[in-house]
Amino acid sequence: MDTLFQNLLNALQWGSFYSLIALGYTLVYGVLRLINFAHGDIVMVGAYIAFFIASALLGVYGGIPALPGWVVLALTIPITMVLTSVVGVTLERIAYRPLRRKGANRLYVVITALMAGLILENGNLLLLGASRKKFPELIDKVVYQFGPVSVTNLKIGVILTSILSFVILHMIITRTKAGMAMRAISYDKFAVPLMGIPIDQIIVFTFILGSSMAGLAGILFALSYPILDPYMGISIGWKAFIAAVVGGIGDIRGAFAGGFILGITEIMVVAFFPSSYRDLISFTILLLILTVKPTGLFGMPKTTKI
Amino acid sequence: MKRLSVPVLLLVLFAVLMGLAWFEVIDVYLQTILLFMGINVIISSSLNLVNGNMGEFSCGHAGFIAVGAYVSSVLSVALFTKSRVFGAPLLPPEWAAFGFPVILIIGGLAAALTGLLVAIPSFRTRDDYLAIITIAANYIIITTIINIDKIGGARGFMGMRRVIFAMEDFAGIPWMILWVFIFMVLTLVIIRRYMSSTYGKGVEAIRQDEVAAEIMSVNTNRVKLITFMLSSGLAGIAGGLYAHAVGYVNPKSFDLLKSTEALVMVYLGGMGSLTGSILSAVLFTLLLELLRPLQIIKWVAIPLLLIIIMQFRPEGIMGHRELSDIFPKLKKFYKFK
Repeated sequence: MDTLFQNLLNALQWGSFYSLIALGYTLVYGVLRLINFAHGDIVMVGAYIAFFIASALLGVYGGIPALPGWVVLALTIPITMVLTSVVGVTLERIAYRPLRRKGANRLYVVITALMAGLILENGNLLLLGASRKKFPELIDKVVYQFGPVSVTNLKIGVILTSILSFVILHMIITRTKAGMAMRAISYDKFAVPLMGIPIDQIIVFTFILGSSMAGLAGILFALSYPILDPYMGISIGWKAFIAAVVGGIGDIRGAFAGGFILGITEIMVVAFFPSSYRDLISFTILLLILTVKPTGLFGMPKTTKI
Repeated sequence: MKRLSVPVLLLVLFAVLMGLAWFEVIDVYLQTILLFMGINVIISSSLNLVNGNMGEFSCGHAGFIAVGAYVSSVLSVALFTKSRVFGAPLLPPEWAAFGFPVILIIGGLAAALTGLLVAIPSFRTRDDYLAIITIAANYIIITTIINIDKIGGARGFMGMRRVIFAMEDFAGIPWMILWVFIFMVLTLVIIRRYMSSTYGKGVEAIRQDEVAAEIMSVNTNRVKLITFMLSSGLAGIAGGLYAHAVGYVNPKSFDLLKSTEALVMVYLGGMGSLTGSILSAVLFTLLLELLRPLQIIKWVAIPLLLIIIMQFRPEGIMGHRELSDIFPKLKKFYKFK
């Protein structure tokens, strides 16, 4: 029973990463119907940006004493989120928008996204070399004991951050004008410009939101597993996409729930089976969910006119 | 006479390739590139059947390639060679020359059966939900292979070279070029025949509008089932050829990166264009080999090049047209529909 609780806590932490990344996927998908396969690599870029900023801030310059770890962390998070969203928006401007303007089939945009992801990974490898980076330890580890179950402050921080960012995103989407415009675009792409809504600005706003979530996920991931390498974003990105779809892609509640479902399944499988069975069992479960509910947990079946 | 021009052309090409390889005018490296070209043509044209002609988005093609590769290499190693895992050959090694195509087809059949993993959920799920099923299927296949320790697990499986040697003991001709060429032509003929049959019309109808197709009495489930199984079966044959051309298979080499390569070949050539996917498979293989000296820069240069191509030709090289649509005079020699 204790191990179950312990595993559940680990699963919540692991699920938080998936949820944060899946939120980015689902935001972009909801507005553009584009599977942004470069998203996992944007997470990697976010982790690297966080690494450079944290290392730069931790350094001692002249006679000024070094900043304490929590100040560095408090500065790193917003700067990283801003810089990562710059990367995401640049990608949108350079690669996706021209294709969208030309009216290309959306699958060609998906292929472009895949290629952009490859460029990010291998460009990183080319620029920084194959040596792995060790993320600096910014906050002291505190372990809280609740009977036999132990929790670190980092774990609580990760879980709370993901829940908080979900709540904020949900507020943005349901309460603000920009959020209303985003929902409008996903409802009817052709009528929206006629209503005087600047569609390109809204798309850029969506990319800013999605990529800053990716940046946040990158920092949290780097804090929890402090070894960075250029290919770290691939498998977590693909899996977060799967989580977003299982939740019902285009719906942020679905992405949030899907991320936690995937995280919990993976950790529970590893807890009770050999770890090499992780992907096999967790994906079989997800396939079964999709077979029973073909539009995901929160997705609504759409009626199509002929 | 004009009707025969394509078969004659293919025969001449075949004879030239075999001759060049036999008299060792082209070295083993060039032969390997030619083999990869042929295999990639099978991969891209079979994926084109689902992604281009039927308009679904399948991104787990490498899973089926893996099934074909493993089934055929395990069978051929067990049947024709003495190996540590399976012991003495079950059949005389001289039979390898005739047994090899049978084994490839068995590998293809196994892959087609695995295709059911995707085909059956595709009855109810549509576009991006189906994409996820294919990705999950790819993961499931790879992890299943990793967990079967008998065939090497994550270490990979080897010994297919000895099958080739056994064939060469029987007769000293370049066997792999022979089989890759034959199966490539067979694949193209099958796909062309399939697409010009009644089922092919059904496939086109599903791409244009699935609901309308169903109302117009296309049995969509049946068409989807057959198309998915055909596509994955041909991918399995390509996998068997790949395994024997390289002589070593590893589950890691069939991950989503391989699927991405297949996707790139399809969309570079143009969705639904058979000649486009042949052309793009050949070009893509050449590009990979030509840029090899650049090492890691290659993996930045190729995606960049593809993004630029996409910007200028957002519908791929051919863009849902065949070669004979662009050069109508070719139709005299080669009638597509």
